[in-house]
Amino acid sequence: MTAATAQSRAQRRQRDNLTRRPSVASTAATSLTLAARGLLKIRHNPFRLFDVVALPIVSTAMFAGIFGGAIAGSVSNYLPNLVPGVLVQVAVTAAVNTGVQLCEDVDQGVFDRFRSMPIARIAPLIGALTADVVRYIVAAAMVVLVGTLMGYTPHSWPGLLLGCLLVIYTAFALSWVFAFLGVRMPSAPAVQGASMFVLMPMTFISNALVPTTNMPSWIKWLADINPVSHLVTAVRQLANQGSVGMDIIWSLVGATLIMLIMAPIAVHAYIRKT
Amino acid sequence: MAGMVSSPAAPPELAVDVRDLTVRFDDFVAVDGVSFSVPTGSVLGLLGPNGAGKTTTVRVLATLLPASGGSASIFGHDVQHDAHRVRSLVGLTGQYASVDEELTARENLMVFARLLRFSRAGARRRTAELLEEFSLTDAANRSLKHFSGGMRRRLDLATSLLAEPPLIFLDEPTTGLDPRTRQQMWETIRRLVRGGSTVVLTTQYLEEADQLADNIVVIDHGKVVAEGSADDLKASVGSGRLRLSLVDDGDLPTASLVMEQIAGHSVETEADRTLVVPVAGASLVTDVLIALRDKGIEVSEVGVHKPTLDEVFFQITGNPRKEGA
Ligand SMILES: Nc1ncnc2c1ncn2[C@@H]1O[C@H](COP(=O)(O)OP(=O)(O)O)[C@@H](O)[C@H]1O
Ligand SMILES: [Mg+2]
Repeated sequence: MTAATAQSRAQRRQRDNLTRRPSVASTAATSLTLAARGLLKIRHNPFRLFDVVALPIVSTAMFAGIFGGAIAGSVSNYLPNLVPGVLVQVAVTAAVNTGVQLCEDVDQGVFDRFRSMPIARIAPLIGALTADVVRYIVAAAMVVLVGTLMGYTPHSWPGLLLGCLLVIYTAFALSWVFAFLGVRMPSAPAVQGASMFVLMPMTFISNALVPTTNMPSWIKWLADINPVSHLVTAVRQLANQGSVGMDIIWSLVGATLIMLIMAPIAVHAYIRKT
Repeated sequence: MAGMVSSPAAPPELAVDVRDLTVRFDDFVAVDGVSFSVPTGSVLGLLGPNGAGKTTTVRVLATLLPASGGSASIFGHDVQHDAHRVRSLVGLTGQYASVDEELTARENLMVFARLLRFSRAGARRRTAELLEEFSLTDAANRSLKHFSGGMRRRLDLATSLLAEPPLIFLDEPTTGLDPRTRQQMWETIRRLVRGGSTVVLTTQYLEEADQLADNIVVIDHGKVVAEGSADDLKASVGSGRLRLSLVDDGDLPTASLVMEQIAGHSVETEADRTLVVPVAGASLVTDVLIALRDKGIEVSEVGVHKPTLDEVFFQITGNPRKEGA
């Protein structure tokens, strides 16, 4: 490598980069590189996956044991209802952790470097959220695995797979909400606290774990309008009947709307953060 | 005091041009109307104590922080309105290492090279080059958790140099490094300068600015208090200093008294028992030495030197220099 070629190489790159704004294509490429960075981090520190591995095991086993007999007569009768419920619960919780980890990450010096580089400002955020899709996939796979080990067989495997994809998509959409909190709030525990404050009632006042029929009327009303219930119903229909109902449409529309609204807000908050 | 020393003939291009830069954090003014410029190919030392506003200034120039007032441009591009272009012209090595703690050195360089749109093969080549250049090849695949401060700085600097930017900001590049590592970092910076890069470095160490910088801007409490070359600044303080070491430390009080009488200034005794006194001219030095010989006091070492930047800084700001971070 001679000095002359190094020089011309640098000049060429500087000319390429010397545009006013990064293009959409380069933003996409940059985001992918940063997503790959997220995966490298998981490889070096597999404990980043702890929540999406441990929670599915504990939740599935625990709720099956606690509610199985009381609600469905036996664990095996309960599993077709429980597995979709836990799928949703675990994926949504994983989305919260996206925000929590982001809150820690953006305070690290490396984000300063990202900001000082000629790359799209939003790329680190998109990259981080994209990498976390891997976490949602692991979470969904773990729930299905534990459910299967406990004796669960879906009516339709393709239906269950579609249900998992729907849940993963929803988790990705929701992660923009928690990314916003992660960027805005001062500390990771604060993000965790605020998110859980909303999520606990959201996931429990729903049909995820128990049918809503025997709930007091006002709770039942809340549970029936809860988007989590619609998502759970959608996954149950897909896995247990192999059919596509209105709940799937509502879930898709809801998740997409949340993303369309929250992504720009999160991006704005991230760019403004100094 | 600003502008007391005339700048050298203006070269055709300015790498950095800062005018009346002001940065406010709520009510607190961290940078207060700072102006300076850096000719292409030169090294500027931004010198000031902790809290002077050095990092804040550099962050504005590197587009990390918006200015509250005034303007700054890099190679003619406004940092605020043309931020993306500016980012492709500067490399920043911050006061705190901005590398990915969870990745290895090689992975760090690879990721940043890819972000700078190197091809995969090109990124691999450049990474290997830089690891070699910064003596990190042996540690390339180790986690940064086990890196020393010096290695981290070197990696940080290597990362800033990936795209061979024509302008490099170094924010306190040697703070917290041991003397040997510091010397190595200085050598690295000199090599960069020889390669034609323009460098803006901040430091609390007067010696560092003296060693590396063509021009020095002294800031304190967000304001420029002096600027010029190291020699200009030293000359502005005027007289030289006479330093003496004695064969017999028992003579210190007498010698001190003699020096004080002849030079007309109070005498400072340094930790290594060297006596230092300001002197107006060379003839006074002769007078002192003769007087000491008459009293039978033997001198082991003698020297006259221009005032150090430490002394300059003390004289300008009225604050003694702060050691360390
Ligand atoms: N984000 C911030 N918010 C409020 N004050 C700040 C912020 N950053 C720096 N400061 C203050 O501005 C002053 C200058 O800081 P800085 O530029 O870091 O100084 P230096 O780098 O010269 O040590 C300090 O008093 C510091 O406390
Ligand atoms: Mg600083």
